[in-house]
Amino acid sequence: MSHSASLARMRSLGLSLAAMLTVMASTGAARAGEVRIAVAANFTAAAKEIGALFEQRTGHKAVFSSGSTGQLYHQIAQGAPFEVYLAADRARPLKAVDDGLAVPGSLFTYATGRLVLFSRDKALVKGAATLKQGRFAHIALANPATAPYGAAAIRVMRALGVHDALAPKVVRGNNIAQAYQFVATGNAELGFVAASQVARHGGGSRWIVPDRLYPVIAQGGVLLKRSGKNAAARAFVAFLRGPQARAVKLRYGYGAGD
Amino acid sequence: MPDLADLWSPIRLTLALASVTTVVLILIGTPIAFWLARSKARWKEVVGAVVALPLVLPPTVLGFYLLVVLGPDGPGGWVAGLFGGRSLAFTFEGLVIGSVFYSMPFVVQPIRNAFEAIGERPLEVAVTLRASPWDAFWSVAVPLARPGFLTGAVLGFAHTVGEFGVVLMIGGNIPDETRVLSVAIYDYVETLQWGHAHILAGGMLVFSFVVILAMMLAGKRFGRPGL
Repeated sequence: MSHSASLARMRSLGLSLAAMLTVMASTGAARAGEVRIAVAANFTAAAKEIGALFEQRTGHKAVFSSGSTGQLYHQIAQGAPFEVYLAADRARPLKAVDDGLAVPGSLFTYATGRLVLFSRDKALVKGAATLKQGRFAHIALANPATAPYGAAAIRVMRALGVHDALAPKVVRGNNIAQAYQFVATGNAELGFVAASQVARHGGGSRWIVPDRLYPVIAQGGVLLKRSGKNAAARAFVAFLRGPQARAVKLRYGYGAGD
Repeated sequence: MPDLADLWSPIRLTLALASVTTVVLILIGTPIAFWLARSKARWKEVVGAVVALPLVLPPTVLGFYLLVVLGPDGPGGWVAGLFGGRSLAFTFEGLVIGSVFYSMPFVVQPIRNAFEAIGERPLEVAVTLRASPWDAFWSVAVPLARPGFLTGAVLGFAHTVGEFGVVLMIGGNIPDETRVLSVAIYDYVETLQWGHAHILAGGMLVFSFVVILAMMLAGKRFGRPGL
């Protein structure tokens, strides 16, 4: 008896809680909304800048959480409270759609990544010849098994016919941020990094790897099912495809996507 | 299993790293622990706190500083220069240095506790019997502190085996050189090679359990808790 009574009480508590949340959500939407965005590490800086413009323009608030594409995917699958997912590839957002986590048809390429061969030594990187001569002890890249930028770096080395010669010199960061750390601290003389990581500062030497040497790094974004009727989430996705966001992407060395 | 060699390499490397690290830690940790146990200096707890730092610092902090210190901008680069290199990162030696810092509290603390438990008395007696301080240390303090050494060595070894974040940040994931067990497991999990991951991770689980169980049993035998 008391068991069913407590059950009923819990249910009514749950109902009133749900009602409270609905009221809170609707009043929120009436004024200004908030959108929570999971963003791949390489795009974080650009995303924040875009988020600031978005807030100015719409009055909505954009909150970012960054991580590796794979880790963010796992978090979303476990019910993390994100409404937009900006990955470093298209495979994971596609999987999110397949697994029923994302809104079907919402997948788009919000940016394309570019690979740069970078060294803090001003005289080291002079283009493909630098790789062919191989006058260095270590070359850093992101782990090709898990990071799209690492896989692209392997494709570049294969296309230039230097992969086997350089293999013993390769050091692998867990992600593209770590590959950049290896180079920025000088532990590795040079490395393949994301253009976005070196776009905002001069110095060192760099070679923007020609597009023909590796398949395009298309970074896919999706609207997650959890966004429901959140107008701010939809507004953010639209803003991300607009001209203001495009200018920021280009400044960070990305292609603007579709 | 055709690629058993792939699995063996990180195991061998990890055992080598943990062994070398433990020996180094016993060598440099013992004088530190003895001084911490005996000194009357008021600032000794500052040293004690520095030794204990890796307990609370995230491995990313330690890894980041090590990356700078081991590289061409730090002393590591200078040392590497003596051998024709430019950085100690991405080398086995670099991992030993990182592991020594990372596992130090696990070795120093038990030894220090053991020295403190002995108290002043046995050493004073030894000195009145005309033992030199050096002699008293070796023939009185060290034998009495044996349980602490055992605990420290086992914990230091086990903690190094379980090290992940620091190695990930300074190792560069090089097969046979810096690709230790924990990193190999992480790679296998991330790339969905769960068969391999299960073998290594299962082995790790059994190893850790055996170590902890052995510590508890040993602690019981020595009449004080090992952990």
